[in-house]
Amino acid sequence: MKVSLKWLNDYVDIRLGAEQIAEKLTMAGLEVTGIQTLGGTWERIEVGEVVAVNPHPNADRLRLATVELGAGQVTVVCGAPNIAPGQRVPFAGIGARLIDGRTGEAVSLKAAKIRGVVSEGMVCSEKELGISDNHEEILVLPPEAPVGAALSDYLGDVVLDLDVTPNRPDCLSVIGIAREIAALTGESLRLPEIHYEESAESIDSFASVEIAEPELCLRYCASLLTGIKVGSSPGWLQQRLSSCGMRPINNVVDVTNYVMLEYGQPLHAFDFHELRGGQMVVRRARQGETITTLDEVQRTLNTDILVIADKERAVAIAGIMGGSGSEVTAATDTILIESASFDQAAVRGGSNQLRVQTEASVRFDKGLNSDLPLPPLRRATQLLLELAGGKGARGIIDVYPGKSEPQFLSLTAREVERISGLQVSAAETIGTLRALGFECKESDSDSQIFVSVPYWRSDIKCSADLVEEVVRTMGYEKIPITRLSAQLPRQRAKLSPAQRRSDLRDSLRDMLTGFGFQEVLTYSLVSLEKLERLSPRRKLEAAPLSVANPMSREQEALRTSLRAGLLATVAHNRRSGTAGMRLFEIGKVFSSRGKDLPDEREMVCALLTGARSEMSWHGEGEVLDFFDAKGTVENMMNRFGSKAIFEAADDETFSAGRGASIVIEDERVGVVGEVHPSVAQAFELSGSVCLVEIDVEKLVTKITGAKQYRPILRFPGATRDMALVLDDHVSYRSVEDIIRSTLLVTQVILFDVYRGEQVPEGKKSFAVRIVYQSPSHTLTDEEVDRNQQQMLDRLRQELGATLRAST
Amino acid sequence: MLEQLKDIHRQAVEELDGVADAKALELWRVRYLGKKSSLTGALRSLAALPLEERRDVGARANEIKRDLESRLEEKERFLQQSLLTSPLASQGIDVTLPGRPIPTGRLHPITQTLNEICCVFRNMGFQTIEGPDVEWDYYNFEALNIPQHHPARDRFATLWIDAGAGAKARLLRTHTSPMQIRWMERERPPIRVIAPGRVYRYEATDATHESMFCNVEGLAVDRSITLADLKGTLFEFCRCLFGEERQVRFRCDYFPFVEPGVEVAISCAACDGAGCRVCGYSGWVETAGAGMVHPDVLRRVDIDPQTYSGFAFGVGVERISMLRHGIDDIRLFYSNDLRFLRQF
Repeated sequence: MKVSLKWLNDYVDIRLGAEQIAEKLTMAGLEVTGIQTLGGTWERIEVGEVVAVNPHPNADRLRLATVELGAGQVTVVCGAPNIAPGQRVPFAGIGARLIDGRTGEAVSLKAAKIRGVVSEGMVCSEKELGISDNHEEILVLPPEAPVGAALSDYLGDVVLDLDVTPNRPDCLSVIGIAREIAALTGESLRLPEIHYEESAESIDSFASVEIAEPELCLRYCASLLTGIKVGSSPGWLQQRLSSCGMRPINNVVDVTNYVMLEYGQPLHAFDFHELRGGQMVVRRARQGETITTLDEVQRTLNTDILVIADKERAVAIAGIMGGSGSEVTAATDTILIESASFDQAAVRGGSNQLRVQTEASVRFDKGLNSDLPLPPLRRATQLLLELAGGKGARGIIDVYPGKSEPQFLSLTAREVERISGLQVSAAETIGTLRALGFECKESDSDSQIFVSVPYWRSDIKCSADLVEEVVRTMGYEKIPITRLSAQLPRQRAKLSPAQRRSDLRDSLRDMLTGFGFQEVLTYSLVSLEKLERLSPRRKLEAAPLSVANPMSREQEALRTSLRAGLLATVAHNRRSGTAGMRLFEIGKVFSSRGKDLPDEREMVCALLTGARSEMSWHGEGEVLDFFDAKGTVENMMNRFGSKAIFEAADDETFSAGRGASIVIEDERVGVVGEVHPSVAQAFELSGSVCLVEIDVEKLVTKITGAKQYRPILRFPGATRDMALVLDDHVSYRSVEDIIRSTLLVTQVILFDVYRGEQVPEGKKSFAVRIVYQSPSHTLTDEEVDRNQQQMLDRLRQELGATLRAST
Repeated sequence: MLEQLKDIHRQAVEELDGVADAKALELWRVRYLGKKSSLTGALRSLAALPLEERRDVGARANEIKRDLESRLEEKERFLQQSLLTSPLASQGIDVTLPGRPIPTGRLHPITQTLNEICCVFRNMGFQTIEGPDVEWDYYNFEALNIPQHHPARDRFATLWIDAGAGAKARLLRTHTSPMQIRWMERERPPIRVIAPGRVYRYEATDATHESMFCNVEGLAVDRSITLADLKGTLFEFCRCLFGEERQVRFRCDYFPFVEPGVEVAISCAACDGAGCRVCGYSGWVETAGAGMVHPDVLRRVDIDPQTYSGFAFGVGVERISMLRHGIDDIRLFYSNDLRFLRQF
């Protein structure tokens, strides 16, 4: 909402500067987002009177205008077609700062010789003054403009731009804002005085109104004027509309807009002769009924939309926009002015369905009280009689099925203090509320204050609302600063599921960053197509939850996996030339549970690709591979004290035979593997890309709370190295299982895997170091040899292993 | 013989003076104290000498040997010392050569900022809780005094989830405030929690707007909690994160689920409050929306507003991260460009 300080001055004395007023309004909840000063740069620009206009001796399209400035006359060259003797005009002297009409840049006016005639100044257009873009004509001031006065005194203004919160439709009006300023600065509010003469003929003899939907139209008021003359509005009215960002149209429309801005009540003027039968009805639109609105758009309506209709057709969409069929034109001589109260939800619904927002609809959809329509209607009628002439029919139409009950609340100064911490007296509370227009009465018996809420404050519904009124008007800066002193709630136990999950997440982040992984955060919303890329078949197992009104296809569905986001991140960074990458994300994935809220699971996903280490003089790293990924998982599990088993897995994202499930206590908690080349390719990636994915919700159940101490083995251990030859298909895990199950074995280290010379085709060799240790004594060679022999026997029998070498 | 020994000693001492490194010192040791040295030779040939002379020469030779050994030790110490103090000596390393690269892992700046925020509130006794990203209309709007057709819904451009016929409306939460309701439905005062999480808006993105961002909700409910406590809590929060030099503004604002409502802003760090592009020429940057929990909200979760009062606030994590690190485009956070992420 834009509002001019000059206009505000009509209703309240403004003694503070614009900046200070803006600061006060902002602090009190009406945020001022901009202050525009009109005429701040208008030095050496005065009001002049054109006393003579003569042809230019050397140019047909230029004329010589003689301008009276009070202190003397000046003759200047003027090209504007509309200049005429008798006009009051803005006159810029040499040195004035103006906007160049062609370039739009600020320039300083110099004396110039135009086609041989010296021009000592200039008569200005709106554009040159920075008021508007109009550069076709000079600005003609109202005849009452005082000749010789500085233009900034006469026309200068300051316009505040306010961001009005949706609870304050009353502040979508100049009077509403003036009332705030009055309360905030201790001034009093002056409302316009309304009186006009009515003719003898009653309005009822012309028109009647019926409300068919009393739930949706709480009140309908109308006045009628005959014999008016439609023309342009006087300068002051046009100026005020322009200052609030509205275009002047004609005196009738301008007055309805002016009064809407003044009171916050939307008004509409109908050309009465176009209302067939003069019988108005407020009803629901018929299914498929059409109307062409003032913006020349034909709109198709339905029964959710409320219309004003005459005998035959809809003539306006209630609270949104009038129809062009009954528009006020130059030929109009009789008008009906509507000031009504429409249901908030009905206007909002209609405006959403038709996708049209107007100055009227934004006011109605915030909820206007049904007590509001009458004063603005009378005000508009008065102004129209003054500006368009004619006669006002006697009386007004006032159909009022939805009379609102006045609100009564009670409050104590103690309550204000209980909620705000600000100490106030009953007198301060009452004084503040009264300044805002609330009526207050103090109880005789106790400290209760009975408050009657003024009709324009539809947002005030309970005592907490009154507390805010008192505190914001006195100033939030007066609220003391205190620390929470109340008792601390019980803290959550370390072992509670929520705490364990959040602790686990923190450790995962610590570990992965410690291992050199960069954390990324990707959008929860993805495209289906990206999720499909995760399988070489480009098919999704289950349909993800989709957004009904997505911003774009890129964000149409909730992710079912973190993989796509990470792969796309790698691709994005590859393009900017980053070679080796270790990335991870911890975040939620979503899976549908029918009509219920979806299952939201927290996952951790990590990607490894490119060189193991950056290029350096220590030699370039090899390429990150499956075993880097697996090592990452093993390291994490070691830190958690969990024993994970890796089993071959079939996961579509991985190349066949190059992926594994991570299994803890017989449950699969995640996967690790090498991304299938065709999946990688779909993300515009090449080379080896390895991926780890762990379900945090499952992992958390596998991690014991506090680790339990085991005694340290104090007796020296014995070490044996050996090389075993096995068939190629025998897995290392089956070998290690046998070794580990051997008595007294405490450690197994695989230190070489070899195929080639000295190992037959189809076989491989594992070189293993085994550590034996006893908790009770120093081992003898015989003991170790005995166990070693038993182990070898089992390896031979169960796995067909042969010993290539041992020490 | 004694003369000979004296010469050897003098020569050894002179030569040792000229020794400058470990290699030369070893050669010196071999020459004068080694198995084949003249001193060792002299000692070995003692047997051939007459008894008296043997005693004298023997004593003298041993004396010289001990002296040379102690000089050797001293020289060794000296050389070691000088090695430590002269890094570019032949046996030192060029310590200015780059070290072996170890990959650097970092947390996303949003995680870092979120951790800082949570830490400040944790120190004030707030526990962290979490809730779903996909919410019922009830928790996101209705229970927070924003029924259907409420004009405040305009301020929460919402992404809805596809619903079948007859299904209850689900949406991507537009703020973390639903956690107020979820938590108060199961807990009784005293309550003091923060709820971080992702929130979503149907919003075209630009330098200051994202369709997804991170919020931290705060809630404290007890007997005698006031707006002054909220002011104290949020001022302390701003002081901890932004330092003493930033001014904090506490002004009236409107959110349907709090009353009185508050907006907290800090003076713009980019222009020091003078007004610039970052703060939209206002000199202030909004950091939190807050207020006293609306009595209707308390009543809805069966907490008596006559007995209890509470405050709630919502803090935008991206905004705070941008202010802390001088980031001028919110879109950088979720574009995950490593050239950006590696700066934090």
